[in-house]
Amino acid sequence: MKKTFQLEDLDCANCAAKMERAIRQIDGVTGATVSFMTQKMTIEGADDRFEEIVRQAVKACKKVEPDCRVILK
Amino acid sequence: MTRKQKKTLWRILGAGVLFAILFAVPVQGPLRLGLYLIPYALVGWDVLWKALRNIKNGQVFDENFLMSVATIGAMAVGEYPEGVAVMLFYQVGELFQSVAVSRSRRSIAQLMDIRPDCAYVEREGEIVETDPEEVAVGEIIVIKPGERVPLDGLVREGSSALDTAALTGESLPRDVGPEEEVISGCVNLSGVLRVEVSKPYGQSTVARILDLVENSSEKKAKAEHFITKFARYYTPIVVFAALALAVIPSLLDGQWGVWMPRALNFLVVSCPCALVISIPLSFFGGIGGASRQGILVKGSNYLEALAHAGVVAFDKTGTLTQGSFSVTQVKVWEGKEGDLVETAALAEQYSSHPIARAIRSAWGGAQTQGRVEEVEEIAGRGVQAKVDGNTALVGSRKLLEEAGITLPEQEELPGTAVHVAVQGRYLGYLLVADQVKQGAAQALQELKRSGVRETVMLTGDNQYSAQYVAGELGIDRFYAQLLPGDKVEKVEELLKEKRPGEHLVFVGDGINDAPVLSRADIGVAMGALGSDAAIEAADVVLMDDDLRKLAAAVSIARKTLTIVRENVVFALGVKFLVLVLSALGYANMWAAVFADVGVSVIAILNASRMLGVK
Repeated sequence: MKKTFQLEDLDCANCAAKMERAIRQIDGVTGATVSFMTQKMTIEGADDRFEEIVRQAVKACKKVEPDCRVILK
Repeated sequence: MTRKQKKTLWRILGAGVLFAILFAVPVQGPLRLGLYLIPYALVGWDVLWKALRNIKNGQVFDENFLMSVATIGAMAVGEYPEGVAVMLFYQVGELFQSVAVSRSRRSIAQLMDIRPDCAYVEREGEIVETDPEEVAVGEIIVIKPGERVPLDGLVREGSSALDTAALTGESLPRDVGPEEEVISGCVNLSGVLRVEVSKPYGQSTVARILDLVENSSEKKAKAEHFITKFARYYTPIVVFAALALAVIPSLLDGQWGVWMPRALNFLVVSCPCALVISIPLSFFGGIGGASRQGILVKGSNYLEALAHAGVVAFDKTGTLTQGSFSVTQVKVWEGKEGDLVETAALAEQYSSHPIARAIRSAWGGAQTQGRVEEVEEIAGRGVQAKVDGNTALVGSRKLLEEAGITLPEQEELPGTAVHVAVQGRYLGYLLVADQVKQGAAQALQELKRSGVRETVMLTGDNQYSAQYVAGELGIDRFYAQLLPGDKVEKVEELLKEKRPGEHLVFVGDGINDAPVLSRADIGVAMGALGSDAAIEAADVVLMDDDLRKLAAAVSIARKTLTIVRENVVFALGVKFLVLVLSALGYANMWAAVFADVGVSVIAILNASRMLGVK
């Protein structure tokens, strides 16, 4: 499953790279990109764990850049 | 500017004024520190706060932390003005950077602003405004002049001119009438159109294009991967170097006051921001600029590869040539040219073969009933018919020879010769061939000029037609009489032959060469507007069929890479220089801040040059 999320207040490009790295290390994630330019995060991962993956990804983002919000639709 | 940015601006201005006043007032002792702490706190509190918060989260090497340590360090060694100024300068740089990035981001978004806002649907006799996503296939939408076509469909009523510039970069409007297709994203210029929707919004041209461009940043270029890797190691290395610089020499000579400030400089320079921001921005700008010209690049990696295009292989029909036949030459053996063409056209009157169509359009006369009788098509050979009462044979050499007519010897021709004989007498022939596209020769020259080493043509056509086209366009090498499977093989050969560092580009119409497109390093499909298969199969998509766009794509790619290289060299060069100078004691903290945010800003401005590319 692959899903794209909008990010708000992602202010630093290096943070985007750090988030991306952190999300890739979550169990079950097969691919992730955090684009500073488009302010979007794309996560690809196992279907059965997807909700859990997203939850952890949001946590990982918060850890890197507490001001940045992931918009979950 | 956003509200957040404005707030930062006011804080900077306030702190700047306070700082200027303090500079003029001579105060000594602890009061001096207290006074300097006011502007410091005003401008830097959020940096300090974020630094603390990030340490709690285990993010140690973050730029807020580094700036905090550097400025607090400066204060601790008694350099109060320095500490405040560095923080001030850092915030100015950050603000500038944030404004520059959000402006570029906005202008890229504008480039790709082809998303239709609403659709007007006819439902139960009324026209209802609705979201394009909520319109079903088969419904009728009404598009007034000045509106954007919201969905792909078929014109049921009305005719108009459509501006396709946003999709193709082509400025000439396209005329549409009943039963013709319209493509979402175009702008209706003149008349009201009633259109039957043929695809849901998610599959419409506009949605697909937006999807492509927005996702293009997912496929990263090598340069981007290099930078992320680099950033991972650069910061910790510089921080440890700073630690070493502060401790080791001081233990040897005891001059902590000399080495500490030098080490603090290291911390300021240790953020890789300039690179991390400006390189994706350059690629993004390049992709955005290209899309405005109707060139869709599916990823930064393809843009990067395109810049290293060494060999470009073309499919012939439909790519280099128009893919439609026309009469290119008439050779009269006996009688008048007009008669020859007329006889051929009349005899071929009922045929739907492309060659017959070409002959009829060369003649230009209206179809007339009664002048032609007893038409007999001989498959693969031609036609036999009575034209004005005389038996005419129109077709291949074989057709005429089998009827006992002797034809003069002739060399091979670039195209298909259609011979004509009336009442057993040979009149001459018409040469029907596919014509070279306008601008193709120029496009090939431009490609060569921008550094493409070799151009190759692959075609299923015969040797002579191939030779003719290759000669006309100045193509270096060609392979003729290839079956579709052979093309893949040839591309494999070309891939083996290419020099290291070069990339092989294959350009086709995307309809029947999907395997070749995917086999080449970069597959380019052209004339793709409205063709889903082509958009799917290719890495780079030219929305119209102008080959000059390919040359434009290569030059955009090269320019992007030049900017990327400039930024890498410049940013690393300045940082390294400042590190060395700091270690030796020749650079102060001002230089260090410049090497951090100043370089970032310059690199971003350099990258934003990609946005204005024509």
